[in-house]
Amino acid sequence: MDIIGVGSVPVVIMNGFFTGAVMGLQLSRALATYGATGQIGQLVAITLVRELGPVLTAIMIAGRNGSGIASELGSMKVTEQIDAMRALGTDPIQKLVTPRLIATAVMLPLLTIVADFMGLFGGFVISMVLLNITAAQYWSTAWRALQYNDVVQGLLKPFAFAIVIALVGCYYGMNTTGGTQGVGRATTQAVVVAFIWIIVITFFIGRIFVNLG
Amino acid sequence: MILASEHEAQSSPAQGSRGEVLRFDNVTVRFDQETALDAVSFSMSAGETRILLGAAGSGKTVLIKTAVGLIRADAGRVYLFGTDITDMDERHLFDLRAKVGILFQEGGLFDSMTIEENVAYPLVNQRARTPMPAEVVQEKVLEALSFVELERTVAQFPSELSGGMRRRVGIARAVVTEPPLVLYDSPTAGLDPITATTIMALIVKERDLRNTAAVVATHRYQDGQLMANFRYNPQRGALERVSSDGKNGLKTTFMVMRDGRIAFEGSEAELESSTDPYIAKFVKR
Repeated sequence: MDIIGVGSVPVVIMNGFFTGAVMGLQLSRALATYGATGQIGQLVAITLVRELGPVLTAIMIAGRNGSGIASELGSMKVTEQIDAMRALGTDPIQKLVTPRLIATAVMLPLLTIVADFMGLFGGFVISMVLLNITAAQYWSTAWRALQYNDVVQGLLKPFAFAIVIALVGCYYGMNTTGGTQGVGRATTQAVVVAFIWIIVITFFIGRIFVNLG
Repeated sequence: MILASEHEAQSSPAQGSRGEVLRFDNVTVRFDQETALDAVSFSMSAGETRILLGAAGSGKTVLIKTAVGLIRADAGRVYLFGTDITDMDERHLFDLRAKVGILFQEGGLFDSMTIEENVAYPLVNQRARTPMPAEVVQEKVLEALSFVELERTVAQFPSELSGGMRRRVGIARAVVTEPPLVLYDSPTAGLDPITATTIMALIVKERDLRNTAAVVATHRYQDGQLMANFRYNPQRGALERVSSDGKNGLKTTFMVMRDGRIAFEGSEAELESSTDPYIAKFVKR
């Protein structure tokens, strides 16, 4: 949990802040066309909490921790440490997979919350500096825009992504063959497959919540 | 799910032959199109030593891993301590494997753990084992490490040790639970002759002090010779040569693997008298 959660905080803060700032920057031009720059908080909040926060954080964690899980377990596999674990009478699933799954499932939603707040803050900095929007206006529109539905899907998604990232990383790691070259291959496969699943899952969860209204 | 009682019912008919620790009945293992073990049959009893000779890729490692169910047989039956493990589920195998020590070719030491944690691993984590107090675990770990003369390395990590030292820690971990059967996969591979002899001396010592059955996979005939002709003398604390007339009390059988098959099974004298060119290659004349 320490490595996956606390270790990822700086990168998630950076990622979240600049995502929000870039959104603020880009949306300000479009909103200015309609004279609606005052609604920037609303747009940043909805986009971040529903989609970008969970997806970008999951992609960061897949790249940072999914790859780490695959390469660590892959190295253990090719150096016979997993065989040793089984031979010594212990279950590698229980010893290696379960803790990583729990750690990722607990930490990714929390990291997503951090990323969402940092993104909102990034959007706020841009709004205040470039658009002269007051803090009260920005935060009140942002807060009022969010509904129960948005928060639920914004937390459900990272939970689903976490399961995918951990299981994909463990699967490719524990099925590594072919020495150190195989470890590299397993790591790449784990990251690519996790990325694809993240995009696919976000679509389907998004679809369900759109239908729910 | 197979229950333990069902496993007992699956026990080998030959289990009646008391003291049988391992038996292969026509065991075949395939990887894709390649046959790694081809109708291998043999059995070994308690206290017996099997020397497994063979070229690289002849099936020695596969045989050792199949013996404890790390690799599953595609055909034939494997009996471990009289229990048919061929189709046994992993959960029940964990308990049976707790009675076997294994030294892996690649070492298999956990590189994120200290030497002390590595050696303590089976004592602390095996489900079949009654939990023991930390001080008892530490005492047993130190005893096992002192057996391989590495008690000063407890706080170090495997990456800080030489290849020979890692192999010795592997032996300590394999024997810390005092299992009745120990499988050594290429214990001397890649080591200089002096270190290789030290490792083999430890294996002989372990066999003779605890009367364990041992399978030693190796490509060095001299490893087998050492096992067959030397005995550990606890009074002198050293190995001593015993007569090689077959009446020395050591039950050592040589097996030569070739392309997944057992090309030879017999005593040292029979091995040395073989005229088969492949088998003769392993014998130092």
